[in-house]
Amino acid sequence: MAILLDHVNYIYNEDTPMAAHVLKDICLEIPDGQFVGVIGHTGSGKSTLMQHFNGLLRATSGHIYYNGEDIYKDDYDMKKLRSKVGLVFQYPEHQLFEIDVFSDVCFGPRNLGLDKRETELRAYDALRRVGLEDELFYQSPFDLSGGQKRRVAIAGVLAMKPDVLILDEPTAGLDPKGRDEILQQVKKLQTETGMTILLVSHSMEDVAEYVDRILVMNRGSVLFDDTPRNVFAHYRELEEVGLAAPQVTYILNELRNNGLDVDTSAITTKEAADEIMKLF
Amino acid sequence: MLRDITLGQFYPTESCIHRLDPRVKLGGTMLYIISLFCFKNAAGYLLAALFLALVVRLSKVPFRFMVKGMKSILFLLLITVGFNLFLTPGTPLVSLWKLQITREGIILAATMAVRLSLLIIGSSVMTLTTTPNHLTDGMEKMLRPLKIFRLPVHEVAMMMSIALRFIPILLEETDRIMKAQIARGADFESGNLFKRAKAMVPLLVPLFISAFRRANDLAMAMEARCYRGGEGRTKMKPLLYTRADYLAYGVLVFYMVFSITAGRNTFYVLPWK
Repeated sequence: MAILLDHVNYIYNEDTPMAAHVLKDICLEIPDGQFVGVIGHTGSGKSTLMQHFNGLLRATSGHIYYNGEDIYKDDYDMKKLRSKVGLVFQYPEHQLFEIDVFSDVCFGPRNLGLDKRETELRAYDALRRVGLEDELFYQSPFDLSGGQKRRVAIAGVLAMKPDVLILDEPTAGLDPKGRDEILQQVKKLQTETGMTILLVSHSMEDVAEYVDRILVMNRGSVLFDDTPRNVFAHYRELEEVGLAAPQVTYILNELRNNGLDVDTSAITTKEAADEIMKLF
Repeated sequence: MLRDITLGQFYPTESCIHRLDPRVKLGGTMLYIISLFCFKNAAGYLLAALFLALVVRLSKVPFRFMVKGMKSILFLLLITVGFNLFLTPGTPLVSLWKLQITREGIILAATMAVRLSLLIIGSSVMTLTTTPNHLTDGMEKMLRPLKIFRLPVHEVAMMMSIALRFIPILLEETDRIMKAQIARGADFESGNLFKRAKAMVPLLVPLFISAFRRANDLAMAMEARCYRGGEGRTKMKPLLYTRADYLAYGVLVFYMVFSITAGRNTFYVLPWK
């Protein structure tokens, strides 16, 4: 039991005419080492929910427990929580500020009060993990390409060695190649380190292959919370809330409706292809 | 974190004050402020307060919301009152060490406090009931005669509306970058002045970069739509006076005449004049 959310509510701009009930009575349990995909339409509250995990936003009511401790307790060490729950924001490349890539990645571990050697070791390790080439380490972060900048920013959070990594739309605005690279690196990171990962996205296709569990958010509540297979079985309901199942789900369902005996639960292209091949 | 600033913020609701032409509200606020400086007795201030209460009531903006915006200038108000209270020469009432409170000081401090509060609430009624765009539209039209002196009225108005439009965007951006850096262990709140100033670097550098990026994008977008200044430019929604606006002008004139006659009447003149 790593993270537990107990009836969490969040009201934005409370007591003004602009008040909005962004999170409605969220109850969740996220065990150690799980890879969770969080999906929802724009404004469904997924980003707001993510900012609760490391205490950046405080729930209007409800409790959050990290490793069994209530993070809203007066003497709880928020700084420590933030080093354990790493949060990579949307468009994280906008937070870069140092003169070179390496110093920027050092910012996180240095804030933890680590010595120079440990800081640099961690920064080096993090940069290698996101697959950035060595010759870019001492360039200005502003001279890099969009995809490279994003990896530097992700490394900046990884260097703090968090136990839980939250990525808010890490692939937004990247081309398909950049997207696949980042997702594969995240998956590799999870298998290698056993980190808990929460990946926010608005595309089912992005997460279907990688995650163990999908959380579908709609208007501030959790609509579905299950394995990808079971969630995509509800593809009609997903459409109603403005989301879509992976394309293979549609193809297989269409084939089945036209009288072919296929199992519609495949979630990746490969599985779907195998399923179709079985017919011959 | 940074969203608690209400001074100069628009409060969206439907009311007859919200619907008035921005020129009426601008002119009205100006006249109201002038009237505050004309009074010589308490009756004038009483009338001004009553008039303001009526307008606030009509605007449907909760009074609580207005007072919240005043918190930020409470400090200024206190200093003004303090100076007037202790540094006005006259008949001493209380003496504390080198400072003395005089009868004249108390009266002057009270007048100042009332005047300043009315002034601030009065002008916040205008900003709370008018969208920034409407406000600059009104300003542009009112200042148009200054074109004779080669003042680039349209450009100034455009700059103002862009600046106003960008305040919430940049506040949001600041909030976002701040959170991102806090998530990386940054600390903006503790340490001495020097340490804190240094802690601002990870916030300010990305903020400046993003401000320049946005300015660039906006300039490009304006150019792509063939924007080339005010010359020959027409408006999609030109400002037009309605009957309510003329009525409002009438009310304003009535208020000015009435309050200033009452406020300057020697019959009520306060004893220290």
